[in-house]
Amino acid sequence: MALTTPLDVDAIRADFPLLSRTVHDTPIVYLDSAATSQKPTAVLDAMDAYYRTVNANVHRGVYFIAEQATNDLEAAREKVRRFINASSVSEVIFTKNATESLNLIVQSWGRANLAAGDVVVLSHMEHHANIVPWHMLVAERGIELRWIPLTPDGRLDLSDLDALLDGAKVLSVTAMSNVLGTLNPVRQLTDAARAAGAISIIDGCQSVPHTATDVQALGADFVAFSGHKLCGPTGVGVLWGREELLTAMPPFIGGGEMIRDVRLDGFTCNDLPWKFEAGTPAIAEIIGLGAAVDYLTGIGMDAIRAHEHMLTEYTLRTLADRFGPDIAIHGPSDPDLRGGVFSFAFKDLHPHDISQILDQHAVCVRAGHHCAKPLMKLMGVGATARASVYLYNTTADIDALADALESAGAFFAF
Amino acid sequence: MPGLEDLYREIILDHYRNPRNRGELDSPPAHRVEGFNPLCGDEIVVYLDLDDERRITDIRIGGQGCSISQSSASMMSAAVKGHTVEEVGDLTRAFKAMMSIHESSLGGEAAEPVELPDVKLGDLEALRGVVKFPVRIKCATLAWNTLAQGIDEALA
Repeated sequence: MALTTPLDVDAIRADFPLLSRTVHDTPIVYLDSAATSQKPTAVLDAMDAYYRTVNANVHRGVYFIAEQATNDLEAAREKVRRFINASSVSEVIFTKNATESLNLIVQSWGRANLAAGDVVVLSHMEHHANIVPWHMLVAERGIELRWIPLTPDGRLDLSDLDALLDGAKVLSVTAMSNVLGTLNPVRQLTDAARAAGAISIIDGCQSVPHTATDVQALGADFVAFSGHKLCGPTGVGVLWGREELLTAMPPFIGGGEMIRDVRLDGFTCNDLPWKFEAGTPAIAEIIGLGAAVDYLTGIGMDAIRAHEHMLTEYTLRTLADRFGPDIAIHGPSDPDLRGGVFSFAFKDLHPHDISQILDQHAVCVRAGHHCAKPLMKLMGVGATARASVYLYNTTADIDALADALESAGAFFAF
Repeated sequence: MPGLEDLYREIILDHYRNPRNRGELDSPPAHRVEGFNPLCGDEIVVYLDLDDERRITDIRIGGQGCSISQSSASMMSAAVKGHTVEEVGDLTRAFKAMMSIHESSLGGEAAEPVELPDVKLGDLEALRGVVKFPVRIKCATLAWNTLAQGIDEALA
């Protein structure tokens, strides 16, 4: 079976300076993009140019560079709006990261709308960032959490979805598992939530960097994602929300920028989106994120998904061919149903030990619970090793992973 | 660059393959304590029997973890069995000193030469190479911190 990619991966790799470095005198094989992606020169240059030539605080000064900084920041917002097809820039809120985006929803919308006994539906494959904020609200408000179970191959088990959603106020689920790679049927979920009278929140951390995202087509009320997983810098995340909901919500963090007026006896909120952007924002990072979505758009999100689909097929086949029953890759086996995130168990080696040996071969994979301890418990493991790919990875990277695994197996052969 | 042989000494692999004192004790009367490494998800369970003379008469180790945490727990169990909690305290301080963890450095005081108890670490010396892999120090100390907590709770 011939494997083809629509991407010119050699040219793409040349855009990422870090990929040309060595580790332990060996060219690096970076397979941890689900944790954070590498950054292309276009992003680094945009941030550098901002600091070197534009740096001024935004939405303040009337002098030339202050206006330029404000324009650059708001231009980045428009780029992100286009990238996710939001209907208005008022719906694109910059946060610190996706975790803050989710906390914003829970603390603002949740505290304004949920009371004791109200039901929030989550799934067994959620990241801690989509669990812990809700637990905090359970402690404060006595809301009830319900959990969508999983099938044995790591998909959401939707057979009882209607019963789970019965009477629920919120459905909050990930579009793609950061452990299993599972791509969830988002539209089906948001339709079911709406039919049940619940709002829907989508954690897009893993999906937005790897698949074309149209927030209007998703049918969700909120979508959260981070910048650093989609070739942007750390320190900036996005919350998209439907304007009607955002308008009705109370502010989250109070301070400068988010106000229209402050008096001794109170304050009035600023318009969207600034109402939720208290304090000086991460200006350079937001501009870097704008450059990142330009970069990804230039390559094409559908082409990136096709490339990763090819790599997924290659990875599943290569690891199965080379290691047979010695390797177990968690999650769906059909590349149509999953993205390029591969958590695996290899022989009886502990993930830490696997990762340590792989590091000697300059192969970077994550070992741990991936901030998904309830899922780990369901899987009956304490941790997994996880390799994940992005637009700059090649089949040669997967071969290097397999070679390094073989060496790990030999090292720990009992 | 430190090599794998610095980390995975043969004696460590031996304790990993053939862990000593693996299992459970009836609790009560044994004291049971759990330890977690929140970074990696490793869990350890220590079961302790202490007699009236504050001596560890029996110890068992449960849970799951990597070769470093499991071998450290195994060696620890062999090293502390039959010893008083005071002796175990000295051993723990000596082990942590080997891991470059000094009580004085935790207190925010200027680092001063630490008077180390005169303790033979024996097999535990094999874990010295872990210091060269700082991420793994927490793996090596998990069992020790859990044991210390268990002793504190048992004597409370």
